[in-house]
Amino acid sequence: MSINLTTPEAQIRENRLSSITGYKGSIKDLAAQANGCSLKSGERGFTQTTACSLGCAQGQLVLIKDAAVVGHSAIGCGSDTIQSNINNRRGQFSRELEYTNINYINTNMTEEATVFGGAAKLREGIREAYRRFNPKVIFVTTSCVSGIIGENVSGILDGLAEEIPVPLVPVHCEGFRSKLWASGFDAAFHAILTYIVKPAEKKNPNLINIINFSGIGRKEVVRLLGRLGLVPQFLVQFTTVDQLSKISEAAATLSFCGTLGSYLASGLEEHFGVPYIKSLQPHGVAGINSWLRELGKVLGREEEVEKLIAEETAAIVPELEELREKLKGKRVVIGMGPSFSQNYTRLLQELALEVVWAASWHFDQRHDYGEIPATILDLAKNEKDISACVSELQVHEINNLLRQLKPDLFVCRHPGMAIWSAKLGIPTIFINDEYQSFGYQGLINFGNRVADTLANPTFVQYLASKIKLPYTNWWLEQDAFTFLGEAPPKKKERITKAVV
Amino acid sequence: MAKAAKKIKVIEQVRYSCALAALHSVLAIDRAVPILHAGPGCGQRLSTALSTTNGYQGTGYAGGHAMPCTNSTEAEVIFGGEKKLKELITHSLEVMDADLYVVLTGCTADIVGDDSTEVARGFQKQGKPVVCAQTGGFSGNNFVGHELILGAIIDQYLQPSEEIEPGLVNVFSIVPYYDAFWTGNLEEIRKLLEAIGLKANIIFGPGGGVDALNKVPKAQFNLLLSPWIGLTNVKQLEEKFKTPYLHYPVLPIGPTETSKFLRAVGKYAGLPSEQVEASIAELEKPYDYYIERSADYLLQARVGLPSRFITISDSFYALGISKFLVNDLGLLPGTQFIIDNIPAKYQADLEEEFKDLSPTISAPVVFTNDSGTIREKLRETKFRGKPLILGSAWDQMIAKELNGYQLSVSFPAADRFILNSTYIGYNGALRLAEDIFSVLVSSNY
Repeated sequence: MSINLTTPEAQIRENRLSSITGYKGSIKDLAAQANGCSLKSGERGFTQTTACSLGCAQGQLVLIKDAAVVGHSAIGCGSDTIQSNINNRRGQFSRELEYTNINYINTNMTEEATVFGGAAKLREGIREAYRRFNPKVIFVTTSCVSGIIGENVSGILDGLAEEIPVPLVPVHCEGFRSKLWASGFDAAFHAILTYIVKPAEKKNPNLINIINFSGIGRKEVVRLLGRLGLVPQFLVQFTTVDQLSKISEAAATLSFCGTLGSYLASGLEEHFGVPYIKSLQPHGVAGINSWLRELGKVLGREEEVEKLIAEETAAIVPELEELREKLKGKRVVIGMGPSFSQNYTRLLQELALEVVWAASWHFDQRHDYGEIPATILDLAKNEKDISACVSELQVHEINNLLRQLKPDLFVCRHPGMAIWSAKLGIPTIFINDEYQSFGYQGLINFGNRVADTLANPTFVQYLASKIKLPYTNWWLEQDAFTFLGEAPPKKKERITKAVV
Repeated sequence: MAKAAKKIKVIEQVRYSCALAALHSVLAIDRAVPILHAGPGCGQRLSTALSTTNGYQGTGYAGGHAMPCTNSTEAEVIFGGEKKLKELITHSLEVMDADLYVVLTGCTADIVGDDSTEVARGFQKQGKPVVCAQTGGFSGNNFVGHELILGAIIDQYLQPSEEIEPGLVNVFSIVPYYDAFWTGNLEEIRKLLEAIGLKANIIFGPGGGVDALNKVPKAQFNLLLSPWIGLTNVKQLEEKFKTPYLHYPVLPIGPTETSKFLRAVGKYAGLPSEQVEASIAELEKPYDYYIERSADYLLQARVGLPSRFITISDSFYALGISKFLVNDLGLLPGTQFIIDNIPAKYQADLEEEFKDLSPTISAPVVFTNDSGTIREKLRETKFRGKPLILGSAWDQMIAKELNGYQLSVSFPAADRFILNSTYIGYNGALRLAEDIFSVLVSSNY
């Protein structure tokens, strides 16, 4: 049992999943060390700005349709709600919903709040959120300021419980608590599991939870699962609070991303009896086959699944062969969150591309159900080992790595990463949509995107010929991992420049 | 008199950001790099907000995830982060290629009480071009942050000059990146000043940079083209280098205000008025040409023309755009919402400007940073015909509700892609007219 719903907050990933943010080695070594849970995170003497939990938590919660979010922070921490509102609009467009702005209020903590506390503003924020948005639930996200000054957020919410007749839910996601921004997903899902989800009154044997991000490409899931007589429901963006309260009724949970889905899916399994399908994620053929087969096993529908797999696979054979011929041997470097990095390492090889390096922004040695992620074990079984690093968005490392490896293509995820490879003249694909390579057709679509990207590299070549990189000549000549030291041998003793 | 908005202290919809977001003012200086002593999420979030979802300007030379940052977590909060900051600055000097390094603090560093300025001073003593501004997000908004950064550079980096260069004018105006049109706008100000015979020294944007910064003490005078932001900086420069300043509060948009502005600057600089008048006559010609040509449509479009225009904007644009639309295009103002949390001591002056938009026209002003307050006020207003809402991407919704037209001119301009457009001067006024009337022609009125 690893998900504890009796505590007010989710443990951070460093402690819960032995997650790390610094490492250089290979896929097989990573898997082997994770097996003994012996991997310690490397630290760096030079770091560039990363990301924090609050963004991941808030980004999920503000897109729940009839919820409101009150951000108890300085105004800057509310800045990424602008992006959330764009995501909101895109999601509404794809679902043919009426356009609205997100329901978000920031308490605008100032100097005064750091001295006297921000309770009055938080109360006002909650009252205004209730009055203006008429929400079914109000989530209150915490921040570095509220955390450091020791604001008793839960206490303040308790004090308003009688006045405000909807659940007031604290979401503990202070940025400084964890180096893993994915801890913010867990904070949001902990809040949902503890305050929103109710035990199922009756199970729906055909209902399948799908944990995804924006769900723009979800029609293909509807089609595939529909062929098995199953009905997917997409979590958690664009659900209603009522829907969320009943996700315990589902027959199983599937996830598009092991990093994203771990906490919610495991929590649903452990506490609400909804099995989590612990497969590869559905990117590319092996991924979707694993996803469907494991689902088939749990639902006792192996035969139908095999029939489906056979038909869908056969349908793409000619196109896939053509693409493989075209892309064969092109060298690729990957930089993504761990689950996507591992899944894309596999699927790019399905397209006959050669993955020369797999960078991931962090690495979870365990998922919440207690096992090493299936994706890395699957990769480690291959004969060929692949170089890998864990690089928490450190673009100085990625820059030197790419200069050294000179790949034909860089495939990345996380906004703000594509530019740095492009500045080196390397054709770059930025994966924003989690459905980019979903299943059989997705693999073909993505393969074509790769071919198109390689077909006309003039934009990145022009860029590279004109711009100057922001690094000194000294740095450009260093090994990419110069600043990545081993984990500190003793507490508080810091290694500045050990070369790995 | 401005109607006092209901005293709401919380903010619905972000229309400005925190002091640390002014890290963009460092990024706007060529050859300067920010070093953040902040939590792990600050850099990304502020970068996304100001450089992406605001005209998709992009991160430039060393923005976004390239910015060095301590990514402070528990250890720095509990034990203090000065040691880590020192280590980061040391390595940033080795790794990042720049002529000026500006250390900026976030909430964590400032609340736990790190003496970051002292850490930076240690590097200054070794002759390194490192300055520090304490911009913890709770200490104010990005306008305050912008002033703090300029203040730190003036105080800790600029050196007095023995010579003064006649005709050299330092320009301090709109806030880089926050104003998505900043590069085009500053370039337009440069062209205007050069047209009347001055040399504009502009720190931010292409053509400026650390070189421009080094020339600041040589200027004949400082021009503050801003309702209030930057006033502390020109006062500071007056004190440190004895450079006088001209404070001109109205962002000049359109012929009436731009010509007035150039006359005022010319007079202050001691330029012969014939020279200035001759330049103005030339500058007005293209504007007059296009306005004559488009007057057919501008008149016929009155069928669907906005009954009143509303700005929901910072004090720069609210005032500049209002003056243009009233004086040059003959439109009528509704309530103007000023969202930049303008300090109380400057509010009365700004209200005076709105009282005298033209000799016969004034506009009511509401100072608020909360969209809920704005929405409620607009819902109470009875509009005849369609209002024109000049605000940000947030305002698409209220414009739809009011059956109005909407154009994003202000942060966050998440529905605009902006490169070198400007809304300043004669050219900028044409551009603004293009954008407003494009909204009209693309809708079915």
